[in-house]
Amino acid sequence: MKVKYFAWVRERVGKAEETIEPPPSVRTVDELIGWLAQRGETYAYAFEKPRVIRAAIDHAHVKPDAMIAGAREIAFFPPMTGG
Amino acid sequence: MIANVTIRIQQADFDIAAEIAALTRERTDIGAVVSFSGICRGNDDGETIAALTLEHYPGMAEAEIARHAETAISRWPLNGLTVIHRVGRIAPGENIVLVLTASQHRQAAFAAAEFLMDYLKANAPFWKREESAGGTGWVDAHSRDDAAAARWTKS
Repeated sequence: MKVKYFAWVRERVGKAEETIEPPPSVRTVDELIGWLAQRGETYAYAFEKPRVIRAAIDHAHVKPDAMIAGAREIAFFPPMTGG
Repeated sequence: MIANVTIRIQQADFDIAAEIAALTRERTDIGAVVSFSGICRGNDDGETIAALTLEHYPGMAEAEIARHAETAISRWPLNGLTVIHRVGRIAPGENIVLVLTASQHRQAAFAAAEFLMDYLKANAPFWKREESAGGTGWVDAHSRDDAAAARWTKS
């Protein structure tokens, strides 16, 4: 699946997007954040406060307990500050 | 009644009068247009701001605004609405966002414009980066914006 990062999550991870293949044991958005956080220092920094991170699956907001099966694109970003 | 909906995300500035004219052109059923523009302030909590840079999530930003537009149209008798959100570097005094709502009567237009702005601030995927004398940094989200959006939720 494709993963995208925005704003300071993108800056901390050090890339805007990538393709990942998490193991089948990673089923929810929350679990995916935990898995990503263990991929290295930049990821650990980006996801150090998982409760702050917002997520979207295929362009729609989702909660941390949302299932990721079948997702084409998952995005992680800080709380929004538009308008 | 077919609502005339325009949603755009662009770097360029917008012309408010031209957008109102486009929304009401060749229609005689509109009795009220409400216009809200968000403008880049030159200071934030006493700190002088040199500029803002707006980042967005292409695809989702348009989809999220469209969902809010549909909700507004289902809740109020609107003849049309326009949402334009700028991205890129924006200097103090420049426009950031425009919301126009058109209806037969003012109440629906006022309420829908406020609803759209509250939802856009809390839910549309845009992020502001602030440049000031002290450096640059991402603007923190305000809990008051979440509270403003939450008050429209029907209990």
